[in-house]
Amino acid sequence: MTRQLLLGNEAIAWGAIAAGVKVATAYPGTPSTEIFSTLANQAKRYGFYAEWCVNEKVALEVAYGSAISGARTLVTMKQVGLNVAADPLLSGTYLGVKGGLVLVVADDPGPHSSQTEQDTRHFAGFAKVPVLDPSDPQEAMEMVIEAFDISEKYHLPVILRPTTRVCHVGQDVNLPEIISRNSEVHFEKGGDWVIFPSVSLRKHGELLESLNTLGQEFSSSPFNYREGQGEYAIACSGVSYHYVKEALQRLNIIDNTEILKISTPYPFPEELAAQYLRQHERLLVIEEQDPVLEDAILRLAGKIGLHLQLSGKHDVMVPGTGELNVDLVTKAIADWSGKNLKSRPIPAKPELPIRRPILCAGCPHRASFYAIRKAAGKKSDVVFTGDIGCYTLGMMPPLSAVDTCLCMGAAITQAQGIGRAEPGRQTIAVLGDSTFFHSGITGVINAVYNQYPLTLVILDNSTTAMTGFQPHPGTGQTATGEIVAAVDLQKVLAGCGVTFIKRVDPINLKEAVATVKEALAFDGPAVVIMERACINLPEVKSSAPVVIDMDKCKDCGLCVTEIGCPALVMETGQKPQVLESCAGCGLCIEVCPFDAIQGGDN
Amino acid sequence: MDIIMCGVGGQGTVLASRVVGEAAISQGYEVRTSEIIGMAQREGPVVSQVRIGTRLHGPLIPDASADYLLGFELAEAVRNLDKLEAKGQALVNTHMIVPPTVYLGISKYPNEQLIDYLKEQTSGLVLINANELAAQAGSTKAISAVMLGAFTALCPDIDETMLLRELLARLPQRVQEINTRAFKLGKQFVEGETR
Repeated sequence: MTRQLLLGNEAIAWGAIAAGVKVATAYPGTPSTEIFSTLANQAKRYGFYAEWCVNEKVALEVAYGSAISGARTLVTMKQVGLNVAADPLLSGTYLGVKGGLVLVVADDPGPHSSQTEQDTRHFAGFAKVPVLDPSDPQEAMEMVIEAFDISEKYHLPVILRPTTRVCHVGQDVNLPEIISRNSEVHFEKGGDWVIFPSVSLRKHGELLESLNTLGQEFSSSPFNYREGQGEYAIACSGVSYHYVKEALQRLNIIDNTEILKISTPYPFPEELAAQYLRQHERLLVIEEQDPVLEDAILRLAGKIGLHLQLSGKHDVMVPGTGELNVDLVTKAIADWSGKNLKSRPIPAKPELPIRRPILCAGCPHRASFYAIRKAAGKKSDVVFTGDIGCYTLGMMPPLSAVDTCLCMGAAITQAQGIGRAEPGRQTIAVLGDSTFFHSGITGVINAVYNQYPLTLVILDNSTTAMTGFQPHPGTGQTATGEIVAAVDLQKVLAGCGVTFIKRVDPINLKEAVATVKEALAFDGPAVVIMERACINLPEVKSSAPVVIDMDKCKDCGLCVTEIGCPALVMETGQKPQVLESCAGCGLCIEVCPFDAIQGGDN
Repeated sequence: MDIIMCGVGGQGTVLASRVVGEAAISQGYEVRTSEIIGMAQREGPVVSQVRIGTRLHGPLIPDASADYLLGFELAEAVRNLDKLEAKGQALVNTHMIVPPTVYLGISKYPNEQLIDYLKEQTSGLVLINANELAAQAGSTKAISAVMLGAFTALCPDIDETMLLRELLARLPQRVQEINTRAFKLGKQFVEGETR
């Protein structure tokens, strides 16, 4: 065994390889992405198959097909991706699997890079899928291997639910030994693979029985345990386990506390918990996101007739939103145990600059957003429906070209709803290429079918940029590097029945503005594809930075205030300056009314 | 030992935290690092945390307990100063990355006040223009190397040779010479300051 600094996501991937994964599928999403990237990089070496899928529903269905054929299969996604994949998950859990099927669904309390703080442990309970909740990368790696074993033993999909502070945490991890396994993979006809109402009823009964047995087995799982002893009792799960231990040390009560660590919130290990609760009437539960553990304990106490003084989320001893950390957990335990907490007052700070994530210097789609604003007219009330990914950042001033953002693909459909509710109100829907393939196509078909005069702008940057530049169907490259035929956006749109489809390079600003205007005026669904690759792709070469002719510059500041490029700065009362981060896209050249900026792409 | 590294997306804090982590593992320590990847990387504020030692717990450093703060950007150093222990050592790049909100009149960047605040609130502070030293070494992209070199001069517990080796192992051949120079310039600068 070798000890190595691995991110939680890398550790999960290595666990899956050690468990003999045969098929891996995914759609990228923070904080889950690197699990699959690591797998894709090792697929050829270890002889398994890996693919980026079009979306999470597709990824789970492909994975499910492999699993019912007997292959050990892993599918990864972020928490909101499971919303998209809910349909196959619930049905697939009834029918069950043959080869192990493990879903890694990464939660993002905070949220750092997500729409919601939803708790996948709840989702697992709702879908009746066993769920494992790791506290650190080492444990996550061990749990993947365990998850495959459970899945095969009980013929059920199993969810591993890491959070951001497991996925993106580095730890010195002991890599497992990778043993090559020969499993027989063959789809047997005549099995229970057709979900029919009468089959469902029978399978539902079998599922409940399996969960009952598994819940009993979980009481002796090495991942669930009691630790320490004393008058204080704290139940915890996930990364909170580590915060609790550190907080107890800081408060000097670790030698007088018994911890209950639960890593299998569903099905709940009732026997282990009951023994613990019988010895501790007063209990604090510390967990991130929803009170899943807390509710399970409350249910159990009711079931076995125990009186408990339970603290946690319900009495607001532990915050109900955001992620936890050592400081918050220390405060919660101090409040609950009546211990004093020393804290150093922090002197007031000088005003700090507001630093929000924005489009990169040289992002060609800053020009796209600028063109969309121009085409709509400065004072117009056109509604810009936006979408997930880098292009949510189009909302930041001064571009301010995103009025709504809901979920993947909703730019196209929300625009239709707004236009239907308020006839005559113009909308422009904006989304990226990867998002379009993920769930934009059905919205376009809906507009064509219902004759909505959709104006859609697809910002095609030839990648899935926000999550770290993954390929997608439009890029002509697979997860493992094969060059394949790219799915042509224009042909897809034409096939859906769109008759106005135009491609334009957003850096040609005048043409881009004119094309969006034309699309707005068109009577029927109209799509403009703004085509220019992400500046961060290795094959994309930046141009030399632009140069400002200080004699021509009249200090009007428009180059700075119109587009908000981080490579252009201007101190009060001074001339604008170009920073070396300038990629020479040349958008500012178009904006300058005095022709004072030269160079760049144009 | 707890180390906070903060800056702006793209400055190399993630790289630096992994390099320190790898070097510490080579020296036989346990390591936890934590970083935020995703939306914040687009010119947003980024923080990496590194914890080194034995019998470590979670990945997050409690307030007022970091032994070192490596500020890759001036305002971000001030933003994260709550993490530094009263007797902790701060190493701060004086280079400013002024966000567009300042030029749009939405916020301010009071650089002199920020420097005064750092001087008042820290017991150990080294101000370094890492961008200038990186440029001197051959590329302004070598800020991480400057900061890491400077860090070795302040932190005797991390082996300098090991740290440089781990850094170079993660960089392409063509920039290794520049980064080695940047690393040494950072170290020499701090040695000159603290002599």
